[in-house]
Amino acid sequence: MHTSLDHLFPSQTGTIETIDVSPELGRRMAALGLRPGRRVEMVRAAPLRGPLQIRIGHTELMIRRVDAAKINVNLVA
Amino acid sequence: MKRIALLGMPNTGKSTFFNRLTGAGARVGNWPGITVDLLAAKILLAGAMVEVVDLPGIYNLHGFSDDEQVVRHFLESQPVNGLVVILNASQLDRQLALLLQLKALKLPMTLVLNMSDEAKQLGIKIDLAALARSLDVPVTLISAKYGQGFESARQAIEQLLHTHPAVIHADTAGLSQDDSIEVELDRIVGNTVNTPITLAPDLTRRLDRVLLHPWLGLPLFFITVFVLFQLVYGIGTPLQDAMNWSLEHIKTGLIQPALAGAPLPVQSFILDGLFDGVGTVLSFLPIIVVFFIFMAIIEDSGYLARAAYLMDALMAKVGLDGRSFVMQLMGFGCNVPALMGTRVMRSRALRLLTMMVIPFSLCSARLQVFLFFTTAIFAPRAAAMVMFSLYLMSFLMAFLTALVWRGKYRSVEPLLLELPPYRFPTFKQLLVQGWQQSQHFLKGASGFIVGGVVVVWALTHYPFNVPPASPATLAGQLADWMVPVFQPLGIDRLLSVALLFGFIAKEIVIGALAVIYGAGQSNLSGVIAGKLDWVQAYSFMLFTLIYTPCLSTVAVLKQESKSWWFTFIAVAWPLGLAWVVSFAFYQGARALGW
Repeated sequence: MHTSLDHLFPSQTGTIETIDVSPELGRRMAALGLRPGRRVEMVRAAPLRGPLQIRIGHTELMIRRVDAAKINVNLVA
Repeated sequence: MKRIALLGMPNTGKSTFFNRLTGAGARVGNWPGITVDLLAAKILLAGAMVEVVDLPGIYNLHGFSDDEQVVRHFLESQPVNGLVVILNASQLDRQLALLLQLKALKLPMTLVLNMSDEAKQLGIKIDLAALARSLDVPVTLISAKYGQGFESARQAIEQLLHTHPAVIHADTAGLSQDDSIEVELDRIVGNTVNTPITLAPDLTRRLDRVLLHPWLGLPLFFITVFVLFQLVYGIGTPLQDAMNWSLEHIKTGLIQPALAGAPLPVQSFILDGLFDGVGTVLSFLPIIVVFFIFMAIIEDSGYLARAAYLMDALMAKVGLDGRSFVMQLMGFGCNVPALMGTRVMRSRALRLLTMMVIPFSLCSARLQVFLFFTTAIFAPRAAAMVMFSLYLMSFLMAFLTALVWRGKYRSVEPLLLELPPYRFPTFKQLLVQGWQQSQHFLKGASGFIVGGVVVVWALTHYPFNVPPASPATLAGQLADWMVPVFQPLGIDRLLSVALLFGFIAKEIVIGALAVIYGAGQSNLSGVIAGKLDWVQAYSFMLFTLIYTPCLSTVAVLKQESKSWWFTFIAVAWPLGLAWVVSFAFYQGARALGW
């Protein structure tokens, strides 16, 4: 199922398909492991529509929902 | 001079490696055109003095964050013998990308894989020989924290210096080249790094389940900051008192008798000018050491990054983040270390905005002034309300300042923060932090503070044939000129001289008032209660709360921002705000007939 990273529920995993961000943010994302083909797990979300905690390999990150919405993923069953 | 630069991603233990390599001799170096502090040390390596520079952690050589620009600027302008690249052994799948980018600079380099202990725990196996072959770079595996493998890393650096004895410039074409390294990255990692597919639920995950819990997370965060505050100032304040006590004894017991024969103005200059200036600097040292020991614990543990996660929903609206909030709260003890602590935020704009906000935190020195005034002027019930209103005002002013200035100091860096595994720093790492930061403060701020104290001394003591702080002194004349400014606030000439003293440090305001009113400390409250009504007193307290906290704060604002213009704004804005708020209160209260 195709969706965006901010729509995953906690402990769901997706494979990144495309990332629609500025080249600058894209570089930072790539350096932290967020790039097409990688598997990303939604760990949890902060309350009050706060940021998300995600995991790629051995790296855990916080990412704001607006940025996560630009990462398109394919839900892994 | 030979030169080696240390490079790596954030959270790889690069600074720990640097401290282990260089010992305690590191200094903040001055580099043209660079606005962040770079630690550098000169050490003996391979039979020659070598300057080792610790560059800020970067994610990407081609990125546009402040740190990434600093690193590029350094590599463009400074020739080096070679680079030591430090990467986290458990995150090679993404961190090797940085090394591949750096190779385009055509500089000699050696790769150090740090945190071998964590990689081993995670079951990650790295074929070092194959990795060195495919990268064509020597590789050593170490744990900088515990020291395993450190000797071989050192030897690798000496080997580099042997084979490349001359400094060379980076190939600047490599700085602008765009990345097409992902295929190569995946190929090398695939061939050399073996990572278990499933992760055992480790300690970090279990701790996060509680500490980042959707509903428990925030209350736990507030409790943590409260405990942190109590520990820092519970330990730091008595040490500060002890320091002040010893300084006072040195002053009256040693220096005063030694100066007995000197002319009075000279005595006064040395005792009340120079010595008090030096004393002001020294009295901050205990607090700074204790503050940074505890800050190192919560920063290195990874909890500070989690504070950013927990508070983002609330803080993003005013352009700040959770780490700003921690520093703002710590400022309620003392603004000086809190301002220095903003260094954990790597975006300059975010740091500057936080540094605008922190001086509004009602620090313990201002608290002394307010406690004195409220008990002198108000009934006990009202006094509590007054104190509460001042704290409320402190938050309100900070909030207002963030709202007003967030446009000018807008962080353009994405909020994409790593949440590193929970780590506990070693005792030695904590001491190094406390030591480095107090050195930094002494070097960066002491000249400014001593100079400022001497200036205020001259204002309040010259001419020498009249009583200090009396109307005939320069300060008294200054107060005369300032009457049109302060009268609309209900602040009379004598109180405005006290404000001038308060510019040095709020601790001395009460003592200064005793001198100014010619009263002893013990009957000062009676004198003040007789001379001021509550509206005047509250207006004075509002002004004291909002205007420049103290000279040391200004010195640190300058030291940390490296900008006179920013320092000017950070002093002028609260001064203007203080005037407007006191004016509005005083005139409003009088208009209502109080």
